[in-house]
Amino acid sequence: MNLIDLNKLINSELTSKIIKSSINNDEILINVSVENLYSTLLFLKTDENCKFKQLIDIVGVDYPNSEDRFKIYYLLLSHEKNLRVKVVINFNLELKIPSIVKLFPSANWMEREVFDMYGIKFKNHPDMRRILTDYGFVGHPLRKDFPLTGFNEVRYSEKDKKVIYEQVKLEQDYRNFDFESPWEGTKYIEEANKKVKKND
Amino acid sequence: MTKEKKTLNLNFGPQHPAAHGVLRLILELDGELVEKADPHIGLLHRGTEKLIEHKTYTQALPYFDRLDYVAPMNQEHAFALATEKLLKIDVPIRAQFLRVIFCEVGRILSHLLNVTTQALDVGALTPSLWGFEERETLMTFYERASGSRLHANYFRTGGVHQDVPKNLLDDIGKFCDKFPKIIDDLENLLTDNRIFKQRNIQIGIVTKEEAIAHSFSGVMLRGSGIAWDLRKSQPYECYEDLDFKIPVGKNGDCYDRYLCRMEEMRESVKIIKQCLKKIPIGPIKNIDNKISPPKKEELKQSMEALIHHFKLFTEGYRVPKGEIYSAVEAPKGEFGVYLISDGSNRPYRCKIRAPGFSHLQAMDYIIKGHMLADVPAVLGSMDIVFGEVDR
Repeated sequence: MNLIDLNKLINSELTSKIIKSSINNDEILINVSVENLYSTLLFLKTDENCKFKQLIDIVGVDYPNSEDRFKIYYLLLSHEKNLRVKVVINFNLELKIPSIVKLFPSANWMEREVFDMYGIKFKNHPDMRRILTDYGFVGHPLRKDFPLTGFNEVRYSEKDKKVIYEQVKLEQDYRNFDFESPWEGTKYIEEANKKVKKND
Repeated sequence: MTKEKKTLNLNFGPQHPAAHGVLRLILELDGELVEKADPHIGLLHRGTEKLIEHKTYTQALPYFDRLDYVAPMNQEHAFALATEKLLKIDVPIRAQFLRVIFCEVGRILSHLLNVTTQALDVGALTPSLWGFEERETLMTFYERASGSRLHANYFRTGGVHQDVPKNLLDDIGKFCDKFPKIIDDLENLLTDNRIFKQRNIQIGIVTKEEAIAHSFSGVMLRGSGIAWDLRKSQPYECYEDLDFKIPVGKNGDCYDRYLCRMEEMRESVKIIKQCLKKIPIGPIKNIDNKISPPKKEELKQSMEALIHHFKLFTEGYRVPKGEIYSAVEAPKGEFGVYLISDGSNRPYRCKIRAPGFSHLQAMDYIIKGHMLADVPAVLGSMDIVFGEVDR
């Protein structure tokens, strides 16, 4: 079975559930709505022809300018079929995402990480705590509106004899260079090559 | 009369030498039996993914050295492959071989550290002294190729930074000739060692199903008897043309994982030897100067080269819009990069999939019902490095 067969299979078996499925860069991407996420993943995991038994990762992405702000990608791997598949949901912050810990036990920390980094909440998660950031951290660092330098910094205070939190003080403002120049990479070489070929 | 059960909470780490870094493990103990383990990670969190979003593709690469810092180039490889796939460019053959050679050097580096420190955790000092001597030699190879022993920053999109200096490949060949003897010596110390066996056999058993369910990869998966290696099953670079075997364990315990690592080092030596024989002479990076910088000597002669150089080191190159997941078989398991590009010169999102993250997650499941003294043994056999777990 190859990617195209798999795409056909998914399209025929899950017609009512998925919004769209496409193959890009040799990878299948399945768009589903939040309600159908669990059942789609369940199908992919249990179906005889899929057997995507391993969850590789859960990736959150923030698009602050679009209507549905967040996307979550679920990357799955099937050892038996030697295939990978991506499932994506697109939603805004009000929505709670169904947790898939029951389906894939390894989703536990991955969902905690998405929560930590983006503030996305999961329904029925057994242990929703922050994971990578400091105890008592405020904010969600991977959101695009979170500054790279953060808000707080720590240092050891000789006076208090302990590590204290302070607001970030920068000696120099963070410099974000804008490179949006009229130079558009290698595109014109490609076009020139095409022209040459056409002339031949 | 009812007996009240009292559990003891023990804080293991974050400054414990057997935790292999900064792990805070909260253990619930009933006598000496572990009832629950709750790993607290993130003490080494540096926000790599956030930083990468603010850097150009060339500037983002060195961050990958700092993830799993015992095998830096394997990480760079995943990122380089991801950008190459999005840019749809090829890597010259010589560069492919150089990459494979250094990735296998990285694998030996990592396994040497892991096996010997695992032995150290269960009470054997000598292997680590012997192992570190060889690591030193290997790091000199890194230094001669890239200029630094650890944070190499050697791979580039479309190839490697520069060609290897004269004699380096010969010296790697000489090392390969004598290294199997060192593995034999280490095995002599450990494989039949009664204490080592008592501390590792039947400890931390992972079944096949559980290994898959818990997203294990690499040796953690192979130790449980699943023959899966990305170099074989989804080959990248020139691994297809190379002849090597994938050692697979039987029982899925700490001892089998140790045996797998030992065998993998031998296979790595085999791979390097084949590469040294096959490696051709030729370019070491993509010739498109819009992506790889021109040679230093050209800068003095050619206006075009100067412009390319300037543009590449200020603006960087633009990567076409798209999303890609690319994974490599790093020494610790499947190391993946999920790269989302919006067509600009910086990644829009770069998610790093670290194998150690999923392995450590399963700590609670593996260690339940074991003795306290088994915690370091299991932790050691998982091969955790906090650079990649915390990112």
